[in-house]
Amino acid sequence: MKQFLTFVKKEFAHVLRDRKTLLILFGLPVVQILIFGFALTNEVKKSKIIIVDQAKDLASQKIITKIGTSQYFDIENTAMNRQQIEKQFKEGEIKLAVIFPEHFNHDLLHQNKATIQVIADSTDPNTANTLTNYLSSVIADYQTELNRKSQTPYRIIPEMRMLYNPELKGAPNFVPGVMALVLMLVCVMMTAISIVKEKETGTMEILLVSPFRPILVILAKAFPYLILSLGNVCTILLLSVFVLGLPISGSIFLLFAESTLFIITCLSLGLLISVNTESQQVAMLISLMGMLLPTVMFSGFMFPIENMPVALQWLSNLIPAKWFYIIVKSIMIKGVGFTAIWQETLILVGITLILLTVSIKNFKIRLA
Amino acid sequence: MRTIKFLLQKEFRQIFRNSAIVAMILVVPVMQLLILPLAANYEVKDINITVVDNDHSSYSAKLISKITSSGYFKMTGVKTSFKEAFKLIETDEADLVLEIPYGFEQRLIKEDEQKVFVAVNAINGTKANLGGAYLGTIISNFNSDVRMRIDVPGKFNSKPVIDVAPTNWYNPLMNYRVYMVPGILAVLLTLIGGYLTSLNIVKEKEVGTIEQINVTPIKKYQFVLGKLIPFLVLSLVVFTLGLLVAWLVYGIFPEGSILLMYGFVLVYLLAVLGLGLLISTYCETQQQAMFIAFFFLMIFIMMGGLFTPIESMPDWAKAITKFNPVSYMIDVMRMIVLKGSSFGDIKYHFAKILLFAVVFNTWAIFNYKKTT
Amino acid sequence: MKETVIKTEKLTKRFGDFIATNEITLEVYKGEIFGFLGANGAGKTTAMRMLCGLSIPSSGDAAIAGYDVYKQTEQIKKNIGYMSQKFSLYEDLTVLENIKFFGGIYGLTDKKIKSKSEELLNELGMESEAKKLVGSLPLGWKQKLSFSVAILHEPKIVFLDEPTGGVDPVTRRQFWDLIYNAAERGITIFVTTHYMDEAEYCNRISIMVDGRIKALNSPANLKKQFSVNSMDEVFFELARGAKRGE
Repeated sequence: MKQFLTFVKKEFAHVLRDRKTLLILFGLPVVQILIFGFALTNEVKKSKIIIVDQAKDLASQKIITKIGTSQYFDIENTAMNRQQIEKQFKEGEIKLAVIFPEHFNHDLLHQNKATIQVIADSTDPNTANTLTNYLSSVIADYQTELNRKSQTPYRIIPEMRMLYNPELKGAPNFVPGVMALVLMLVCVMMTAISIVKEKETGTMEILLVSPFRPILVILAKAFPYLILSLGNVCTILLLSVFVLGLPISGSIFLLFAESTLFIITCLSLGLLISVNTESQQVAMLISLMGMLLPTVMFSGFMFPIENMPVALQWLSNLIPAKWFYIIVKSIMIKGVGFTAIWQETLILVGITLILLTVSIKNFKIRLA
Repeated sequence: MRTIKFLLQKEFRQIFRNSAIVAMILVVPVMQLLILPLAANYEVKDINITVVDNDHSSYSAKLISKITSSGYFKMTGVKTSFKEAFKLIETDEADLVLEIPYGFEQRLIKEDEQKVFVAVNAINGTKANLGGAYLGTIISNFNSDVRMRIDVPGKFNSKPVIDVAPTNWYNPLMNYRVYMVPGILAVLLTLIGGYLTSLNIVKEKEVGTIEQINVTPIKKYQFVLGKLIPFLVLSLVVFTLGLLVAWLVYGIFPEGSILLMYGFVLVYLLAVLGLGLLISTYCETQQQAMFIAFFFLMIFIMMGGLFTPIESMPDWAKAITKFNPVSYMIDVMRMIVLKGSSFGDIKYHFAKILLFAVVFNTWAIFNYKKTT
Repeated sequence: MKETVIKTEKLTKRFGDFIATNEITLEVYKGEIFGFLGANGAGKTTAMRMLCGLSIPSSGDAAIAGYDVYKQTEQIKKNIGYMSQKFSLYEDLTVLENIKFFGGIYGLTDKKIKSKSEELLNELGMESEAKKLVGSLPLGWKQKLSFSVAILHEPKIVFLDEPTGGVDPVTRRQFWDLIYNAAERGITIFVTTHYMDEAEYCNRISIMVDGRIKALNSPANLKKQFSVNSMDEVFFELARGAKRGE
């Protein structure tokens, strides 16, 4: 036991001495939370649009005023012909063009029907869709105002209740995601690199020749990162509660327990990578290119997994972060207990055991 | 000049001899380009809904079938109590629960108004919003159907209807991939370029060969150029590969001038590689360099407009974006590929990136000291 | 008249409060083999780095091949060769590729590089190794190769920092043969070492203790001065009271 502690102390010394890396390790989650919390959102607001008013009559003017007061639209200017519209779109600022035909009001009154043409820059389909929808609802509002006198019979009114996140904030969705991401990054990369570095510089041999079992060496290497990562979990939770105003609904103890499990999963992954690579560069490239992007993509917090092709959905099941993300969401946001997440926990345990077994097996093969 | 030629020979030989690096550079981006756009999809569909039908009437049955046939929802079951249905939300088997009250059909006809209750798992705000909106539309359509059937037309005044006719430019099929691929390509370029250069100089420092360089008459700018050019070439290769994948696999062919694209990419790479080199001059170990490079690259990429639109950001974030080279690249890629923008349209982007390139590289050269 | 190639005057390097190299004054002549001795930590490497233009002195003067060590470091680098403790050849390049690279860096024409590489490989008996990666060579060969590459461009002075660490006596002897050859061709050799037997191979040596030069003379004279029979004993006499090092 004492020997183990000696090792651990040495590893801590390595880690703590590297100020630059340490700074990044702690700064990373903070920056991510801040960016996600305050800068990134899919909400569409205040988009620049142009209006082509070929009618210039009462109805079109009223509608234009209504559009102008909407929080979603910023009427940039008006254009007169298709060429001008094209030019503005190409320059990149304008997302939508609204065109009122010449006899707008006339058509409305005499034919009971008029059409407004909307051209959307569908480079980003979601934005285009959302903006078109918003515009349609502005128009629909105007229609309702016109028809205020008649009351429709047989109304079905849906009463919507938004659960867990009534204000539809982004935080509940991404904070668990950030946790998964940061833990994964730190644990996998740092462990992999730390072990490979010893291999590269040759000091690994010295350690292996010592009377300590190799498994202790590895454990000692992983230990500081376990502690660091738990520290990161605390930071993220504190930020989330006090800066983002997102409270923890469930058991904090359970949250930490599951986090520890996930950290061990990531450390095992790092171990697996380190056993199979010889140089730091390769270890880094694998951790980053091979792991960061897939984790971001397949864990489910940036893009919904349900939308992906089935093959990719199956693939996402292999990503530990996906399961952890579900677990954290459940505990933190929904406030459920272990009974609701025991399956996911079991899966994580399973993945960890597989990773550890393969790593140790490979490790022994190398030594032989 | 000759010196640079020798430096380049050495660098290229070293790179190609390292098969792992070559594999990473060529294989990984292609793989990412193949997989990521498939995953990156914000469309909301296949929302899981559970219905609690307390009425068991023909109306409730019709409503349920309308929901299932809409294409937006996947029915995960019809439960008999809200409590049971709510459990499904807790275990993530359902995203929404619709509760139709007892006496729904009868009371709607008699009392002219009926409420239905919807509980939405709002953890994912976008999903909740859209899910709620879709359901709302379906219910409203169902409502009109009901009205049509009950009512004799003419009982109430027909009202003027304003139709909105949407047209979509540049991405008429509303294909999310078309939107993502140019952006992902830009991000991949950034990662590979920035990373590899940041690790490179540090490796020579760590191993000690840099001392051998410092003691020769090699000038600082020659050394930096010697490091810059090989990765510039490699990155352009990656870019070309990426374009090929985009074309062959996704059918995306740039609307605008390919030459213009390459021109911009060249300047952008100079900026990104310069950043990598700059980081490299500040670090002692590869580990440090990697982390710092990763830190900056991650921030740039997250705030670059790939995952979430820059227009949605608060003003202070938008201001930061002005200093983010990645956002310019993503923007220009989209503009040239999808809209066919010309040089005049992107001249400001061009100028700013050029500035970045000059600043980063000069700073790197200045920072790299042969004599301490 | 002997030509001076290295001249220092109270050359000093401080790192904060610590004075690594303390006012060293020496002169080295063309074609000399000058041994720069001292225990570990005595300040040899720091001194040498200043002479190579790798480090700016804190105070004092020095001129290498006539160029000032403060203002003309780039000129110095054109005229010197250097072999560091780590042997710094590129392990992932072949022998021939390393020779070509360094030859080109020092401005040799392609023709010259070709003829010199043939000469070098011949001299070292490494023709069959020309296309092998340096990383795959045994230590002794790497070392001899490093030296030869360091003098490829016929510099005025070549600086060798502990070049024979970890190598067997036979190989060390062979290495010194190379050094002799170079000296005969007029290249001045400035070598640091803590192998005292190698001190015997030098024309003159200096011994650094705690940052200062405590002795500067030919090995024969020093042995006479201290009335001992070997350089080991000379060193022992001088370095006994040293406060730095092991």
